[in-house]
Amino acid sequence: METLTDSDQTDNTVTVQEKIWARLLGKRAVVIGGSIVACFIIIAIVTPWIAPYSYEEQSLSHQYQPPSNEHLMGTDSKGRDLLTRIMYGSRISLAVGFAATSVSILIGIAYGTIAGYFGGKIDNYMMRFVDIMYGIPFMFLVILMMTILGRNIYVLFVALGAVQWLTMARIVRGQTVTLKEREFVEAARALGASNFRIITRHIIPNLMGPVIVFATLTIPTVMLEEAFLSFLGLGVQPPMASWGSLTAAGIAVTSPVKTYWWLIVFPGSAIAVTLFSLNFIGDGLRDVMDVRNNKL
Amino acid sequence: MIRYIIHRFAWLVIILLIISTVSFFIMRFTPGGPFDKERSLPAAIEKNIQAKYDLDKPLFTQYFLYLRNLCKGDLGPSFKYRNRTVNEIIGGSFLVSALLGGFALIIAFDIGITIGMISAVRQNSAFDYLTMFIAMIGISMPSFFLGMLLMILFSFKIELFPPGGWGGIGHIVLPVITLAAPFTAYIARLMRTSMLDVLKQNYIQTAIAKGLPYTRVITNHAFKNAVLPVISYMGPAAASILTGSVVVEKIFAIPGLGSHFVNGALNRDYTLVMGTVLLYSTLLVILNIIVDILYMYLDPRVKQ
Repeated sequence: METLTDSDQTDNTVTVQEKIWARLLGKRAVVIGGSIVACFIIIAIVTPWIAPYSYEEQSLSHQYQPPSNEHLMGTDSKGRDLLTRIMYGSRISLAVGFAATSVSILIGIAYGTIAGYFGGKIDNYMMRFVDIMYGIPFMFLVILMMTILGRNIYVLFVALGAVQWLTMARIVRGQTVTLKEREFVEAARALGASNFRIITRHIIPNLMGPVIVFATLTIPTVMLEEAFLSFLGLGVQPPMASWGSLTAAGIAVTSPVKTYWWLIVFPGSAIAVTLFSLNFIGDGLRDVMDVRNNKL
Repeated sequence: MIRYIIHRFAWLVIILLIISTVSFFIMRFTPGGPFDKERSLPAAIEKNIQAKYDLDKPLFTQYFLYLRNLCKGDLGPSFKYRNRTVNEIIGGSFLVSALLGGFALIIAFDIGITIGMISAVRQNSAFDYLTMFIAMIGISMPSFFLGMLLMILFSFKIELFPPGGWGGIGHIVLPVITLAAPFTAYIARLMRTSMLDVLKQNYIQTAIAKGLPYTRVITNHAFKNAVLPVISYMGPAAASILTGSVVVEKIFAIPGLGSHFVNGALNRDYTLVMGTVLLYSTLLVILNIIVDILYMYLDPRVKQ
């Protein structure tokens, strides 16, 4: 994607990447969504330096304070500043989204290229395996894994990534099957390139388009799943908090008699706004790169 | 066709075998059993309990005993609710979850398809932009957030519906809306995209050129092809509705399968969790087979 400033271009040629960038930047939804996500990422990174309060500091005299100048988003059941907690929560939520998506990309690309490239029986068995896995209600297995293996955040990364790689593998395999018939692959083979080299140097770079598009749409899915698990109490464990577990904590203290709306609305909105922006970016990317996959 | 269905059912058996095997061994190999308590029981009682649930036998004997009972449709006794079998627990709550999920699916498909079609026909109109914007919000909103907002608004502030529980018609409304919302949104978007594709096809132009009324072209000619991607989405949708119902049942305190599953997982009730996972898997595979058959019926091109 950095080819925008490649020095070997003459002034008149416009590369595919430049066209894609131009069309992407022409889409208002993508630009706005991208800016929001970029803001959140920057905030997540610099949180330790800019957070208004300490993350864990409890103050029992300041419980359940509604939003005020002192605490912009109010305080929670232990008197902790909600804004600070949401800022720290963004680190977890975004990290889970990106890390689990990376896991799914790694597995999906490795699996899909091998199946697609070698074809025949290997392909048949490997994709049949994917078909079987599709029949398994994976979220339930993740719940099972989280219950059994302990509620560790790294288990969460891997478990969620392991759920998402199936579709990625299918997309990659489909791309590989067509790519391996192309002339440049044949040329590389004629020059004596090894299978490994052909896959890593010629096939994988050429299937990144659909992979990026699908990955952009995987991040919100994974974040939603993390929120879902944290809500059930099976995800991120205290004192750490993600947006999902913060919302869950807000829901837990809500009753018909007392409603602390800010404890639900702010973290919940943080999730919704982020997912909303990511979905818009993914949609825009799909339109621009012209990846047609209605089935997704 | 019949061969295909038999084939698929064979896969179902294999999937169930894999799930039961893997979950059985993972559960047994991890520390912490269902009878771990702060207060340790006298050794003799401990032994009796272990004997009652076959926990004292070698691992493989336990496994085969479990499989044998499974074949008979017996999911075993619950480890947590000592006097009830898993079959009883699941049987009682399954109907509740099925009702909830069924309603949600029907609503999602009806409303989603209608909105998607109108948005496609009136592409770039205010209706199109507004509904697609709302649909994107629907997709991006975690169901517990939506469910809680609905509960605060329509149960706490305006006392329109009961905030939870199960029994009357009023109890169903908010959970079904919560459960159906993301799917309605997704289907609306899917239907719109696919309808736009179909409307560009030549046979639609031909039908319009022949002078057929536009509404008939849409509802008869275009609809049949445009709905296909939505049909194939039904399989994954059913799976997600199963997952979603776990959250919704927890928020609205509905005594469904999902709440038993979560409680089972938190209490390490081996048999209950496995029974639920097996039931979910069976349901999922059967739904997928139905979707495939339906798809073949609707689109003769994919007949194998």
